[in-house]
Formats: sequence, structure tokens, C-alpha cells
Amino acid sequence: MNFPLSTSSPTGLLLAGLFGLVFGILLEKGRVTDYNVIVNLFRFRDFTVLKIMLTAILVGGIGVAVMMRGGILEGWHIKEMNTLGVILGGGLFGVGMVLYGYCPGTGVAAIATGSIHALTGFLGMVVGGVFYAVTYGWVKTAVLTVGATGKTRLPESTGIPEFAWWIILATASLLIFRILGKRGKANG
Amino acid sequence: MAILVKMENYLDSRPKKAAGLRAVSWSPYLVGTGIGMLSWAAFYLVNKPIGMSTEVSKLSGWFASLFVGMEKVTANGYWSGTKPGFGYETIFLIATALGAFLSSRRSGNFAWEKVPSVWSARYGSGTARRMIAAFVGGIIILYGARIAGGCTSGHGISGTLQLAVSSWVFFISMFATGIVTAALMFRFGKS
Repeated sequence: MNFPLSTSSPTGLLLAGLFGLVFGILLEKGRVTDYNVIVNLFRFRDFTVLKIMLTAILVGGIGVAVMMRGGILEGWHIKEMNTLGVILGGGLFGVGMVLYGYCPGTGVAAIATGSIHALTGFLGMVVGGVFYAVTYGWVKTAVLTVGATGKTRLPESTGIPEFAWWIILATASLLIFRILGKRGKANG
Repeated sequence: MAILVKMENYLDSRPKKAAGLRAVSWSPYLVGTGIGMLSWAAFYLVNKPIGMSTEVSKLSGWFASLFVGMEKVTANGYWSGTKPGFGYETIFLIATALGAFLSSRRSGNFAWEKVPSVWSARYGSGTARRMIAAFVGGIIILYGARIAGGCTSGHGISGTLQLAVSSWVFFISMFATGIVTAALMFRFGKS
């Protein structure tokens, strides 16, 4: 079998189910289906989310970089750096995440663990998507074009090579983990 | 003596150390490693990074079609490029919910929750308030995700791990306003 498979092939669809299943289990076992765990990150009281994200970035990123270097991946999947859009969107996202208490992925998972307010927020997300589509014409011209620099990556944009970025990120993450570890397990 | 009894009660009340899916939780480092390895598989096997918010936007299109019809929906500038329909991402979303459901049932974590404790400590146990906040938060979070081009999965994990400039800026911007919002909504220090 040659990889990558098409996402619309039967095996591709089967993998979507398998990946989702694993992702859902990991989110639940990571306790990020709990509103309290997510909101307490932003209150500096529980760093579970940060630990999960940084570990996922390190493990995932180094693996993907090695596979890319080895030539077995098709290519990067970089999202456009529309400066205003990304800053504004990320900013709105942070506000919404604290109000809702979840992000899209953890919200979906939380509904399945019995969180009824996660379901209410999910309906809000569906409505939010409608708002976006309705205002898309305006957003596209007034927001997404401002400071649009394309699908840029840190190594090319900064001149700091790929491996150096990973050394920096790994060192910073391990330092953060160490500091958080010293704060005691009570703080997650 | 009373202390000993108390201690014994406490020890008995603790969940028994369970492994695998029966465990109440796994180490965040283990979970993070798992998500990282899941990304390897997703990149290599289907050449598609993990993400969630695009599928939610497609559901928005389906939802809108109930009122205005699918023709009008697909004529929209956004949905014409992100056509609603059952596919890979739909299965991924449903399977994510299924995974979380199975995991929470196996560990005994599954519980109906209307108002979480951090919220009720600050805003009381009234359901309406919490539901409104969740709904409004949902609207804002997805609108933000769409303007930015991704969510915590698509930008926060899949994008940052590729060292995408946009994703790291998203990550920082999200944390900045999240911290400010939390500071305004909740008291620091004691909950």
C-alpha cells in the first residue's frame, strides 16, 4: 500500500475513525475535557493543558521534521500568515475559550463525557460559523489581506535553522516542565 | 485513633489505582506524546494534519441550509470552498466524541454536568448564566478560529509543530487574551 492514502478512500475514512477515537481517548485521559482544567490554565492554577500541548509539539514536530527530511512526507501544511487575521482571530479565540471553557476539539470530547454546557457552547460554535460565512466577504477584504505574508515558517522567516529551533523549543519546554514540577503536583 | 479512622476512610475513598482505559487520568506528558505520535500517523498515512474547527464550520453550513437551502449555502464565498458534507473530518469529529465517551465510561469519569465548579464558585450554580456564557463563548471561539484559520488543534498543535509563523502568533495571541479574560472573570488566588 502506498502512503499517503486519499482521505476519501475507504481506508482513509477508516483511519479518520481510528485517529478520532485515539484523539478522544487522549483528550479525556488528559483531563482536558474538564472545564476547570482548561480555565485554570489561564488562571495559572493548572498547567495540564500547557504540558500536553508542549509535549505534543515537541514529539510531533521533531518526528514530522525528521520524516520530512527523510523525504517520506508530501509536504508541509502551513496556514497563511495573515497578520491581522491571526492576531485578531487568536485574540477572539482566547476570550471565547475562557467563556466557553473549551476549544472546538475538547468541546466535542467533553459533550461525550456528559458536559451539557459543552453542548450549548457547541451550538454557539455552529452559530459562530454561520456568522463567519455571512461576514466572509467583508473579512476577506478588510481583515485577511492586512499583513498577509503567505505560508511562512519560522526557520525561513528568522534565518535560525530548523534544528536550532528544536533545540530552543526543547530546552524552553524542559525548563518550563521543571519549574512546573517544582510547584508541586497540587497545581497539576 | 480518630485520625487513624479518618485516614483509613480517606484511603478507602480514593479511586483504586487502575491502568489503561480504566485509569481516571494519564500523565499529561504521556498524553502529549500520544497526540504527537498521532500527528506522525496523520501526516504520513493520509497527509492531513489533525484539526477540528473546519468540520464545525461545515456543520454551520449544514445548519444554515436547513433555513435557506443548500444552494444558497454553497453559493456563499466561504462555504463554496469549504463545502458541507459527510467525509473524513465528519468521521474524525464523531470518533473523537466516541473515544472520549468510551474513555470516560471505562474510568467512571462520565458525569452529567451543567455548571462546573470553577464557574459556580464565582457565579453561583444557576444554569442559565452558565449556558449563556458557553453559547456566547462558542460563537466567539469559532469566529476567531475562522479568522485565524484554525483552532487549538489545527493551529495550536498541528501548525506549531510545523514551526508555522501563523500558528505561533495564534498561540501567543490566544494565551494573552485568555489570561486577561480569566483575570477579569475570575479572581486570582483563592477560587
